[in-house]
Order: sequence, then structure tokens, then C-alpha cells
Amino acid sequence: MNWKAFFAMLARDAHVARRNFVALLFQTFLQPLMFVFIFGRVMVGSGYMPPSYKSLLLPGIMAICMVGTGIWAVAMPLIAEFQFTREIEDRLLAPMEISWLAVEKVVAGTLQSLAAGFMVIPAAWLLLRPGVDLNVPHPLLFAVVAVLVALFSATGGLALGCSMQQTHIGLMFSLIVAPMIFFGCTYYPWSALEKFPILQRAVLVNPLVYASEGLRGTMVPQFPHLPLLAVVIGLVFFNALLLATGLRSFHGKSVS
Amino acid sequence: MLAGIRTRDLRKVYTSAPPVAAGTGGFSFGAPKPKAKGQQPKPEIVALDGISLDIAPGEIFCLLGPNGAGKSTTVGVLTTRVRPTSGQAFIGEFDVWQSQVTVKRLIGVVAQRPNLDFSLTAREILTFHGAYFGLSSHERAKRAEALLERFKLTDRADQMVRGFSGGMMQRLSIARAMMHDPQVLFLDEPSAGLDPQTRLLLWEIVREYNHSGKTILLTTHNMEEADALCKRLAIIDHGRVIALGTPRELKASVPGGYLLRLRLGVHSPDLLQRLQGLAGVREVRATDGNGADLYADRGGPLVAEVANLAAAAGVELCDVHISEPSLENLFLHHTGRSLRE
Repeated sequence: MNWKAFFAMLARDAHVARRNFVALLFQTFLQPLMFVFIFGRVMVGSGYMPPSYKSLLLPGIMAICMVGTGIWAVAMPLIAEFQFTREIEDRLLAPMEISWLAVEKVVAGTLQSLAAGFMVIPAAWLLLRPGVDLNVPHPLLFAVVAVLVALFSATGGLALGCSMQQTHIGLMFSLIVAPMIFFGCTYYPWSALEKFPILQRAVLVNPLVYASEGLRGTMVPQFPHLPLLAVVIGLVFFNALLLATGLRSFHGKSVS
Repeated sequence: MLAGIRTRDLRKVYTSAPPVAAGTGGFSFGAPKPKAKGQQPKPEIVALDGISLDIAPGEIFCLLGPNGAGKSTTVGVLTTRVRPTSGQAFIGEFDVWQSQVTVKRLIGVVAQRPNLDFSLTAREILTFHGAYFGLSSHERAKRAEALLERFKLTDRADQMVRGFSGGMMQRLSIARAMMHDPQVLFLDEPSAGLDPQTRLLLWEIVREYNHSGKTILLTTHNMEEADALCKRLAIIDHGRVIALGTPRELKASVPGGYLLRLRLGVHSPDLLQRLQGLAGVREVRATDGNGADLYADRGGPLVAEVANLAAAAGVELCDVHISEPSLENLFLHHTGRSLRE
């Protein structure tokens, strides 16, 4: 394995992310923070939502930010670079096995997703306070869940980025990302679906459910949430599945 | 280490993907789904049909052929981007498909379409490329500076390449391919879209690079370029090598060298027979429509005699086109088609 080439490519991605930092900031945080403001501040302040909703909302917003960032960071460049600009060709010709380039993309996406997750906590907390009751009894478990969520976003980005046509980017968001967010237990806990038993079981095929429930279970465990073992098993399963399909599609795109 | 290029019976058959509308609406994860019973088999496109080449270390070799002849697929196979259906390809002593990483260290590739990293400046494109190949930061900076200077890009070195003209992008692509000092340089139609001045600069740089012992494989459909640069060339059509040799040898292999393309009012086998009898005419071939191709060892002086024979046979001579000895004539002689068709 050529680690020099691998780290040079990570450095390239970091350099590009730094260069686009302000745009990335708006792209990642603007919409979720507006949501936080309206639902957490305006709706709670005017009495339409209970005050405890603030604490319930924060892990879900963190999950949305992390998953959105990872998918965007990995899928969008891959779609453009394989189909339109072909920018990736230079890196495919670097002296390294091509699957490692896909792994590098996943690592870069994971790091960006983690950065987005940890930046949204203070931002949302500032918007929502007072009344946010964060409680992290097991920091290590929280870190494991956060890393698994970030990995899910990046492997999801790899699988999507290598299987989407450029003309279908809009469809990707309206048919895959948007339903994933709305049925991903981000704005409500999974237990809130009790009155909709079929839907409650159906959403379990959505990996974002495990991401938001996992963050909820490790950041605000006072609310009902899925058992953390189920969360870890679910995320590990989906990460492995998405990584395997993503690597396969990446190989198919790289070599004709 | 000097490295040449060798291929043995390379074949590449593409099976095109099913149309999007007929499939799953464009979404598919992983491999294509297995075919349902009774479904039509995918159409097969033979891109390479047994290409065998031996290119010596330090040679400038050219693949000449029309669009779709298989030039880029050959380059793709040799540069690890296209997996051959059968056959073998070697760079130096290394099998391209068994030692991909080693081979990638030995080669530099300029693709047919610009594929520069649009998120970076010109200088960064070179330095990051150097970093992928493990060059130290001092070495990267030094080489990038020298290449930017050589390719006349110094004044735009720190600008994003998005705004570069086609010619500048092409120069930078070539500079990038040379950045890690590869033993074998692949240039896939490098001068397409370049102005004459830049083309001359490119030729000069290619010759200079070759003088340092490097092997260069160039594809083109520009005969002038092949003639000016290459020591040897292969003419490719429909995935097969149809002629191979030095430009001089190949041109000499065309009967007579000169080609007179005639367009006649009517098809007249009798006239073609008589044309064959003219002094200096080596070969006469009927072409599509009412035309004829005359291969001869002289050009202009024959026109009057051809016109006289046509008049005597009562056949109208609508058009005569004379080509001097060239690779175009050679291509035409082997395939019956023009390179530009």
C-alpha cells in the first residue's frame, strides 16, 4: 500500500475543502440551523411545542448535518469527476491500487462529516439555549456512534456517487435523501411511530434511523430511543453493505 | 531504467449498457442485474481485434487512424484504464494488468479530453501530482516551476485552471504527465485543438523528452504530425493494425506514391481498363459512385492523358484530385476510405 499517495490525496481533499470553507459552511449549516431556530426557538417559544423538544431535536439535527455533509462531500465530486470533468483520472493513474482512492474518499468524507457534527452542536446549542438538556453519560460510546454515523454518510456518498448519472442529481435528493431525512427519526424519536406500526417497522430499513436514534441515545438518553446495541449493529451492517457496493461500483467506473 | 511497450493479440469487446429508459430509471447499485430469460443479448462492439505491437525503448511511436479505430482503447489498455478481453500488454518487463502499481509509476498519460483538477491552480495541479508519486516538497516545487516555464504557463501559474483556454489546459496536461519523469509517455491526440504555434512548441518538447531516452506513444489522425514526429507508426482501422513501419517505408509501400482521385460522369469499366495502360499508372480501383482511384508514380502530368482517354471513351471527367505521396494515400490504399471520413 502506497501511504504517501494516499495521504497526498487526503491533503488534496483537505486543501480543496479549506478553499471552499465558507461555501461549505453555508451549505452544511444554514438549512438545519434555520430549522433549529423555527422549531426549537419560535415554535417552543410560542407554546406550540413542549420545551423538552429542544433537547430531542438537537441529536436529530446533528445526524442530518453529518449525513448531509458526508454524502455531499463524497457523492457530488464523484458524480462530476467520473462523468463530466474526469478530474479523477489523474488520481486513478497514481501509483496506488484504485480501490484505495475510494477508501481515501470515504476517509475524507468521514472526517468532514465528523467536523460538521461537532460544529453543529455548539451552534444549535447557542440558538436553542436555555433549556437544552444535553447529557453524555458514556463519551466513548458517543464517539463510537458518531464515527459510525460519519462513516455511514461517507459510504452512502460513495455508493450514491458511483451509481448516479449526473442528470439524476436532483432525483437523488428528492427520491433518496429527502425521504431518508423525513423517515429517519430525525425530528421525532422512533418510539413516536408506535401508532403507525407498519411505518415503524418499515423505517428500520433506513440507516438514518439508527444514526439519529444512536445520537439521541448517547446525547439525550432521558428520551426513549432504540437500544444502543441495535444501533451499533444496524450502522455496522449498513456501513459494510454500502462500502462493499460502493467499492464495486467505483471499480466498475474506473476500469472499462 | 528504459522501458518499451509490447502488446500481444490485444482484444477488447465492449458490451454497451442497456438504455436508461428501459432499465431501472437510472438507479442501480453495484453490478448490472442478471439478464431475464428471453432478453436480447447486449450488442457487442469490437474495439480491438488482435493488436500486437513492439515499441522499443526510446522510440517515438505513433498510432494513426480515424476516430473509433481503436487508438484510445489501445492507450487505455496500456495505461490500466481499460481491461482487455484477451491478450497481454507490457510496459518494459511488467504486465500491465498484473503489476498495475509498478506500471503506473513508469507511465505518464495525456488523455484525449482535458481532465485537469478544476479545484486547484495550475501550480497545485503539478505539485499534487508530484505528491501522488512521492516526490519531496522541494523536488515538487522545483520541477513544477521548470515545467511551468517550459510550457509558457508561469504567468498563470497561480490561477485556477477553470478559466484556462483549451490550448493552455492541454499544455498543462502534458506538463503534469511529465512531472514524475515517466519512462513512457502516452499522448492521446495531443495537438487536437492547438494553434500551429503551440503545436510546434509541443512537437519540440516531445522530441526533447524523447532525446532523454524516453519512449513516447502518440495517437493522432493528423498525418503531418505522425510524419514529423514518429520514428515508426502503425495504421489502425477497426481495431486492427493494417500497416506498420517508418513513415518513409509506409509511404513507399503505396503503389507509385501519387494518388489521382477521379470522378466520372458514368461508370465505365472499359475506361478503367485503358487508364491502367497509361505510363506510370500502377493500380486503378473503382470507387463508390462513378469514381476511380489511380495510384501512379507521377501526378499532374497524368491529368491531360486521363482527360484525353476519358474524352475518347465519351465519359465526362467531372473532377480530378491529386495527392502527393502521403500517409493519407496509404490509409486510403489499405482501407478504401479517407482518414477524415
